Amino acid sequence: MGRETKKTELLPGTLEMLILKTLERNAEPMHGYGIARYIKQISNDVLQVEEGSLYPGLQRLAVKGWVKSEWGPSENNRRARYYKLTPAGRKQIKQEVADFERVLEAILRVVQPT
Amino acid sequence: MLVMDRLSQLWRRLLFYARRDRFDRELEEEMRFHLEMKARENAEAGMGPLEASYAAKRQFGNQTLLREVSRDMWGVRSIETLFQDVRYGARLLLKNKSFTAVAVLSLALGIGANTAIFQLLDALLLRSLPIKAPRELAEVRLADMKGARGGFSRSPSVTNLIWERIRERQQAFSGVFAWGTSSVNLAPGGEERPARLLYVSGDFFNTLGVNAALGRLFTTTDDQRGCGAPGLIINHGFWQREYGGEANVIGRKLTLANHPFEIIGVTPAGFFGMEVGSSFDLALPICANGLVKGHNMFDSGLMWWLTVMGRLNPGWSLEQATAHLQAISPNLFEATLPANYPPDGVNDYLKSELGAIPAGSGVSGWRDYYEQPLWMLLAIAGSVLLVACVNLANLLLARANARELEIAVRQALGASRARLVRQLLVESLLLAAVGAALGAGLAQALSRLLVAFLSASAAPIFLDLAPNWRALGFAASLAVLTCLLFGLAPAIRATRMDPGAAMKAGGSGMTPGRASLHHRFSLRRALVVAQVALSLALVAGALLFSRSLGKLMTVDMGFRPEGVLITTVSFQSLNLPPDRHPAFKDELLDRLRAVPGVESAAIAYEIPLGGWGSSNVWMDGQEARLVRSTNLSRAGSDYFKTLKISMLAGREFDARDTPGAPNVAIVNQAFARVFLNGENPVGHRLWIEATHISPVTRYEIVGQVRDTKYGDLREEFAPIAYIAAAQASGVGPRGNFMIRSRLPQAETVAAVKRVLDGINPAITVSFQGFKPMIEATVLRERLMATLSGFFGLLALLLACVGIYGILSYSVASRIHEIGVRMALGAGRRDVLWLILREAFWLVIAGVVVGAPMAFAGARLASTILFGLTPADPFSLLFAALLMFVVAMIAGYLPARRATRVDPIVALRCW
Repeated sequence: MGRETKKTELLPGTLEMLILKTLERNAEPMHGYGIARYIKQISNDVLQVEEGSLYPGLQRLAVKGWVKSEWGPSENNRRARYYKLTPAGRKQIKQEVADFERVLEAILRVVQPT
Repeated sequence: MLVMDRLSQLWRRLLFYARRDRFDRELEEEMRFHLEMKARENAEAGMGPLEASYAAKRQFGNQTLLREVSRDMWGVRSIETLFQDVRYGARLLLKNKSFTAVAVLSLALGIGANTAIFQLLDALLLRSLPIKAPRELAEVRLADMKGARGGFSRSPSVTNLIWERIRERQQAFSGVFAWGTSSVNLAPGGEERPARLLYVSGDFFNTLGVNAALGRLFTTTDDQRGCGAPGLIINHGFWQREYGGEANVIGRKLTLANHPFEIIGVTPAGFFGMEVGSSFDLALPICANGLVKGHNMFDSGLMWWLTVMGRLNPGWSLEQATAHLQAISPNLFEATLPANYPPDGVNDYLKSELGAIPAGSGVSGWRDYYEQPLWMLLAIAGSVLLVACVNLANLLLARANARELEIAVRQALGASRARLVRQLLVESLLLAAVGAALGAGLAQALSRLLVAFLSASAAPIFLDLAPNWRALGFAASLAVLTCLLFGLAPAIRATRMDPGAAMKAGGSGMTPGRASLHHRFSLRRALVVAQVALSLALVAGALLFSRSLGKLMTVDMGFRPEGVLITTVSFQSLNLPPDRHPAFKDELLDRLRAVPGVESAAIAYEIPLGGWGSSNVWMDGQEARLVRSTNLSRAGSDYFKTLKISMLAGREFDARDTPGAPNVAIVNQAFARVFLNGENPVGHRLWIEATHISPVTRYEIVGQVRDTKYGDLREEFAPIAYIAAAQASGVGPRGNFMIRSRLPQAETVAAVKRVLDGINPAITVSFQGFKPMIEATVLRERLMATLSGFFGLLALLLACVGIYGILSYSVASRIHEIGVRMALGAGRRDVLWLILREAFWLVIAGVVVGAPMAFAGARLASTILFGLTPADPFSLLFAALLMFVVAMIAGYLPARRATRVDPIVALRCW
């Protein structure tokens, strides 16, 4: 624990994009815990969200019809809820990423010295 | 797309709502699983079990809050309150059974009637044909039928020669086809069993993209010159009706006009041909025409019977197609001009031009005939629905009064106004939804009833009235619209008040908020005036239509159809040589005249109001020659006696007028007026131009008869020239025998059948009463009169309810005043008048507002009125009178209640 990593707050709406992206990269359906772990690993622990906030996010995506869930056995043979992208969700990713990049660009233009 | 997204989202939300308990359980389980996994991960990283579990919970965040937030993601809070509102509204409506019944019933009737008429309009006018890409279809027709001479089985149409040339020469369409309609008798003898026959070109089904339900349909190889007896295609309905839908129908034989035809295919269900409002039973290729019909229309350049349509080339517009067709026209008409074409038509024929018009919704004679009446009926039914809405708004306003305290309490407890309005609107929407659901069901029955009404003629109307999304959408939008109409104003009104004042007033047992009350009451009065005005207009319209029908039914026709039976006889299957036909017909006539009860009988080829023919006529030896198209009628001896048309001069046709004898004619008064300045025509000679069946011929006029209607009851008397039937050409082995009998029609029919069967069982015959035939020609007027009368009554009834409601309320709120007046010596009559006066003024106001509306409506209907001006004073006056009487009756009940007020009780209550 010598090295101190700074915990980064997420921009609003980013979490959902991250979930969609995670589900897209992993061909198999994933449970909530798996999604949280994946985001953490990929971002080198930079993005450390409050893990529970994943669940309202997943529900929102379910309302929109972008993800679907199913119960199935987990790797340790427990019952777990698995999420996967719907075709509509797959289409939506492009849109979400584009939106995010636009916001990011705008921020960078403000932050970076000209 | 967006709408679909929204809808599927709403669906998921509703599903969620239904399973919300399971959702809670599952979310909890999911979170527990997460925490356990996390704790295990922590433990593997070296934490103690307890510490690992705590850390997991810390990292996870506030579980309860997260669960709440997750649930909110589904936005069910608003759904939950909506369900609350619906439940509450439903409970209230169930409690108020009589109000609910009146509301639902009037809405169901209103919405049902509107939807039924809309369904008819949709089927007849708006819908595209059930075929592939109907928008690409165009009809090819003559821009002007001026140059067309000969026989017409439909108009506009073309001859087969023109059609064949179009098929050869045109380049505007990727596919062209032609079709014509006819009818054929299925019975071997005796009474005819007619089947509707469709003649189609080889490319017909192919170009339309229609596939066989069974067997195969025609292709170009089936429709070749000299095709003999080709295969026969039957309609899906005919297959079900005649063959019980059996699959082994293919290969079976059907005999038409003595020729056996093999059934090769069945068209799909729902395909009724190209003519909306009609259907067909059998289809044959055009080339088979000569075989079935006695005379061959296939090689005739004078028989106009085909409609030509095509599918536009990709990228071609109608204008381009028309330009192309115009370009090929001169050559085409020159090449198809028959040698025996009537000389005076040749020039116009050669100058004819073809053009293309859109045909995606098919063609229809019914369409022109019923379009205006149907739109008008929709407007009338819409007005009735409006009256019903006004009625409901009024009832709801009255209820809002009663619920003032409840609403005030809820407002005081913090309910927002929007929420209260929504709740009241949900109640209205419930009423509207139930009303619309019942109405949509009712519409199915009503639209069928309407079609049955219109099919009471010889040519039944066929319309596809299966419930579809357009009709349901129409009913649903009506529900929403009516809900807003009758629900919004009362809801807004009810919630716009000071809760404090209302509660104070309510608490002290007095009627609340005088000022606001007065305001609301005047709105209710305005609504009643609107109701009276609309009802007045509807009743006046109904009177106008029924008076118009009455005038039409009693118009002087010049002949007496009562008791006359039209007996159409065909002896084609006897194969008699044409020169034997006249003698055979004479024999038939003699035998028919001998039937018991028969007063007189005559043969005729054109029946008044039942068929037509006209040619150019001029007088012999006149200096300034007047050539005029004149109605012709080929009639036999005793014709005028049988129809009771009075002879004014000269003689009837009789046995003297044989084919060899000098040609004779009889004319009517209008003929003498137009051609001879009213002189006695007997002894003059007239000429009739050459036609496809006869050369130019001179006739001596031997008699004059009274004017009669010829083609239509509405027309003015026009010149008619009657020609002796025995001297007429081109009549074939058939004829109409007009039989006047003293006996009931059924007896005459049975006797005639016996007689004909005795002569030869292969003779076929069909019967029609002359009077019913004429009545069928005013079906449109009867429809308007019947339906507008029904709607007028309905509106009157609703207005009654409105007046009754407002006067009852008025009596209730003026009970103290009435008590005081009675205590001061007012008599029963004074009190009665006090209340009825209000009804009186309401009607006066309604009449003042409604009269201009009635006039405006009647002006729109002027083209379908007969013998009346739109501003018919009688209809309006009578409607106003009726309104007064009805209003007084509606007002009498509450007024009588007012006279029974006991002054002591009324004063003590104060």
